[in-house]
Formats: sequence, C-alpha cells, structure tokens
Amino acid sequence: MSAAPLLSVSDLRVGFATEAGVVQAVDGVSFDLRPGEVVAIVGESGSGKSVTAQTIIGLTRANNARIEGSVKLNGEELTEAGDAEMRRLRGEQVAMIFQDPMTSFNPVYRLGNQIVEAIRAHRPDTSKQEGRERVIELFEAVGITNAEQRVDDYPHEFSGGMRQRAMIAMALALEPEVLIADEPTTALDVTIQAQILDLLEQLNRERNLATILITHDLGVVAEVADRVLVMYGGKVVEEGTLDEIFYDPQHPYTWGLLGSLTRIDRPRPHRLPQIAGSPPSLLDLPDGCPFRPRCPHEFSKCTEYPGLESRGGEAPDHRDRCWLTPEQKREKRTVEGQIGLEAPGEVRQA
Amino acid sequence: MARFIVRRLVAMIGVLFAVSVIVFVVFMVLPKQNPAQTLAGKNATPVLVKSIEEEWGFDDSLVVQYGTMMKKVFTGELTSYKPRIPVDDQIKEGIPATFSLTIGAAIIWLFFGLLLGYLSAIRAGGWLDRILTGVSIAGISIPVFLLAPVLLYFLTYKIELFPNAQYVDFSEDPYEWARHLILPWFTLALLSIGFYSRVLRSNMLDVMNEDYVRTARAKGLSERQVMTRHVLRNSLIPVVTLFGLDFGATIAGTAIITEVLFSLDGIGLYAAEAVRKFELPPIMGVALYGAFFVVFVNALVDVAYAYLDPRVRLGESASE
Repeated sequence: MSAAPLLSVSDLRVGFATEAGVVQAVDGVSFDLRPGEVVAIVGESGSGKSVTAQTIIGLTRANNARIEGSVKLNGEELTEAGDAEMRRLRGEQVAMIFQDPMTSFNPVYRLGNQIVEAIRAHRPDTSKQEGRERVIELFEAVGITNAEQRVDDYPHEFSGGMRQRAMIAMALALEPEVLIADEPTTALDVTIQAQILDLLEQLNRERNLATILITHDLGVVAEVADRVLVMYGGKVVEEGTLDEIFYDPQHPYTWGLLGSLTRIDRPRPHRLPQIAGSPPSLLDLPDGCPFRPRCPHEFSKCTEYPGLESRGGEAPDHRDRCWLTPEQKREKRTVEGQIGLEAPGEVRQA
Repeated sequence: MARFIVRRLVAMIGVLFAVSVIVFVVFMVLPKQNPAQTLAGKNATPVLVKSIEEEWGFDDSLVVQYGTMMKKVFTGELTSYKPRIPVDDQIKEGIPATFSLTIGAAIIWLFFGLLLGYLSAIRAGGWLDRILTGVSIAGISIPVFLLAPVLLYFLTYKIELFPNAQYVDFSEDPYEWARHLILPWFTLALLSIGFYSRVLRSNMLDVMNEDYVRTARAKGLSERQVMTRHVLRNSLIPVVTLFGLDFGATIAGTAIITEVLFSLDGIGLYAAEAVRKFELPPIMGVALYGAFFVVFVNALVDVAYAYLDPRVRLGESASE
C-alpha cells in the first residue's frame, strides 16, 4: 500500500437544495484509491454511497447541487475542472457501470454501436469498422460468446447477465484507470452475480484496474474488496481493511450489517436478523450519531457525534465513529456467540 | 410483413364499413324528411316527387338503398343529386389544394413544434422555456375560426402582404402557390405547433431521467450528443404515433374549416357545401375518402414504428 493514490477523495460534501430544505447526501467522505485496489462503499439506500460515486465523475453537477471538498485524480482537482474536462475523463480515465443493465443501455441502438459511440466520443478518428472490431475483442474479453454476431444485437436481445457483461465491456473500451461499479450485481440472479463478480475480480487482477464498488451486499464485499467504507446518513461510520471490518468491526451499524448476513457455515437462525427501524431522513437527522435511534447501545454521550477516529496501535487505518471503548465494543458485539446487533428494547423513529 | 399487411387491410375494410353505415344512418335514417321532397323543390307536384323517388330509389328499403349506394361507390358511379356531378371527379379535383394545404401545414407544424419543444426541454425552467410555454399555450388556445379572419384582416386587407384566397396550382406558378398558401398553412399548423412542442418537451423531460441517459453522460458524450442522439431520438417515438393520428384527422376533417375560411378549392370546401345542401352521395364519398386516409396513415405509422423502436420488430428477430 505504498503506491501513491490514483484517486484521492477528501472531505467530500454534496448537498442538494430542495423545496423541503438542503439534503446533505454526502457529508465529509474521505478515502484513497490506489492502482489495483478495490474499495467497497457499503450502506443502505440513502446512505450517500451512490452520490459519492457519481460526484467523482461529475454526474451530480446540477443547479441545485452544492459540492465541497476535494476529488483528486492523479493529482488533478476534479471538483474545479470544467465541464469539457470532466467529459474528457469520463469513460477515458474513470468509467462507470450501473445497477440495472436492463435500463442502462438505450433500447433503440445496437449494443455494439453504443460502445463504438463511447470510443468515438474520445477518439474521433476511430473508424466505425475499427470500433466494431474493438467491441468484438472486448466482448470476448468479458466472456460474451459469439461476439461477432452479438455486437449487432439490440439490448433487449441480451439477457440481464450478458447485458451487464456488455456494460463492463463498454467501461473497459478506453482502458480507464478507475472503474466505479454502482451496485453491479444487485439486479441479477444469484448465479449470475457470482459470474459478474468473478469477471470484475479477474479484470481488476489482469488490468490492475482500481475499482470503487458500491453495494449494500456484504457478501459481495467479502469476495472482492481490499478496503471497506461503511456509510450511514451521508457519513463514513467505519472504514478498514476487509479483515478488520469482517473480524473486528467497531461500529454497531457494522455489527448489524454483519449480523443480518445469513451464513451457510452457521446454524440457521429462527428468524432472519435485521436492524430494527429504518434509515433516517437526510432532511431531519437526529442530533449526534444518526444511528442513535436504532442503536441498542446508545448512551448519554451519543447526542454528540464522534469523529472518525483510529484506535491506534495495531490497526492505524481502522477508523470508526462510536463512543464505546474497544473493550465495550468487543463485549457488546457478540450476540449468541456471533457478531451482531442486539434487538433494542424499543425503536424510536428519527 | 405480409401478415401485417393482410391484418391492416382487414382492419381497413372494417373501418370503412363502419364509417359508411354511420354516415348513411345519420343522413338517411335520422332526418324525417323525404329527400325526394327536398330535391323536387317547394311547389312540386306529387307526381314529380314520385318520379324522383323512383329515379333515385328512395322508395326502396334502407338496406337496398345502402347496397345501391355502396355499389356506386365501388364502380365510381356515385354522383351528387343536383346537379348530377360524379363525386369521384370532384374529390380528384379537390386533392391538389387539400394535399398542398395539409402536407405543407404538417411540415410546418412538425418543424416548429419539434424545434420549440426541443429548445424548451433543454432549457427547462429557464426564461426561454417560460416564453416558449406561453407561446405554445397561446397557439393551442387560439381557435382557427378566430385566427384566420384576424390574419386575413391584417396581412391581406390592411397591408396586402398576402393574397386573399384562391388556390394556384403548383405546376402553374410555384411562387404564387406558396404565397397563396402561407396564411392557411400557418393557420392550420398553429395549434399543432403549440401542442407538439408541449408533448415533445414533456417526453424529453421524462427521457432525461432514464438510466441510459446517465450512461450516455458517463461514457463522456457531449451534452449536445446526449440530447440529440439519446434524449431526442427516444422522445420522438410517441410523437410519431401522435402525428399519424393528427395528420390523418387533418386531411379528413380539420382542413375543412381552414379551406372554408380561406376559400381554398379543396375537398374540405366541397364537403362543407355538400353538408349545407344535404347531399348524401358527396358526403359519403368524402367520409370514406377521409376514413381511408386515417387508416392508411396509421398503417404507415406502424411501419415507421418498427424502424424507430427495434423492440417492436418481434416477428423479424424471431425468424432470424
């Protein structure tokens, strides 16, 4: 982990002005991404994970958006880059794949042509024929069989998994350094999910492609991530390496996420565990820790929001936002012999 | 494709049959008056009325009368009552004026409607959008029978910029043809310009929220490429359906008012006069001609649809 970061996000804040007030979707997110590394951002809907990712490539720029903080790609500041500059690096340096491959391609154009369009947007002197040949190569690289014929198919002629492969092929077309995958497997069957994850992992290995993986699925994280950021209410509540997050989680929200995983190597629970309550509205966050209303371990100090602090010592890069002491955490996170979150006495809504 | 054409032809026959029956019932069955009496004039002798009845077959049963009339339609023998002029010839004579009017107006309304709608959509919420919205709503709200006299009064009578009425054939003098048609074109097109710009604007705003538009941006296309290739292209699909219906309806009906107001010698003027004189054969002829165009244009739209939206080409991809 000594390599200089390719992408460096620091204290990123994204707010949207709405009629009901300012929605602070992302509130002070920082992380580094190094070549070949996979950083996973985990959280529920509305935690700010997708907004973080889209802000990196400037897709959240709008009249009502307020973007603060810094996003640096190879040392170049992106939050201040012009629209033309952002357009140049989209696809070329940072590519993105989306959650729903069913709706992420334009239904009226042939898939091959949509990918050629991306290539020609950046390399206008590529001929259509060259573009088509490149797409066939890419299709073969992502495991689409019969690539010669399938380039001329329309999106509706592809299955969901194949479309996601085509999406990945499009993302790879210009050999970007960074891939942002926004819930790439959420809309797919479980068997297809595994194939897509294998493909992403293989590309990451073969091409040294730095990847930001946005997901709510810790099972996906466990398979591919190097580092993990857990987001809640627009803030990072815990970050660490994969092992730190899975084997030594510090934040009660992370315990809840881990506890709600069903695992094949453990006895089946009577009912599937869940985190009681629902995520807070970003318009009306509680004072202090936003997880407080759902947390069974809440105490007086929680009305004040702790900073993202490292415990120091053996894990300097493992940080979290919780007032409990490490000893208290170790004791409280064990529920019926496993990591989990106790059911709270009562759930208050934020 | 062959199956498609057969299905369409069957549907067309059904529509034409229904239209002919409705027209026949409205003009022959519902009025209590004997058409022979009307034709014979006010002071006609009963003998004269009787002879007219026999000549035209008004004394036959309604089913027989309907059959006779349809036979005449198909053999081209349909004539008006008084004077006896073949309906076919009259419709053929009206076609150049009516087609010049409607096709020209359609081109104008499509061009301006789509242009204004596009500009409005890409500037949604801005001042240009607000102005265009006002203009569109004004265009939709002004009725043709008000707009035509106002235009004629100011542009023809006051400043003599455009000639009053008359249709000049294109082959005679293309410049005069256009000059005589400009006011009728815009009069007929105005409502649709407003309407189409509103429809395109709202379609585009919907499409802008589609995932594939975000994909188009994420792959680094310029805003103009995103708007034209992805947003506009997909927003036009529903507009084509609308255009099919509207264009058919304009040829078959809406153009009548404009032709009357500008005294253009087209099928609409012919139909209006036939209605005034209560002449069933021309009305039947024009109604069938109009219905034929509505069905025909809609069939064309269905074919165009397959080109615009590949998901519609189901039969084709299955056979490949």
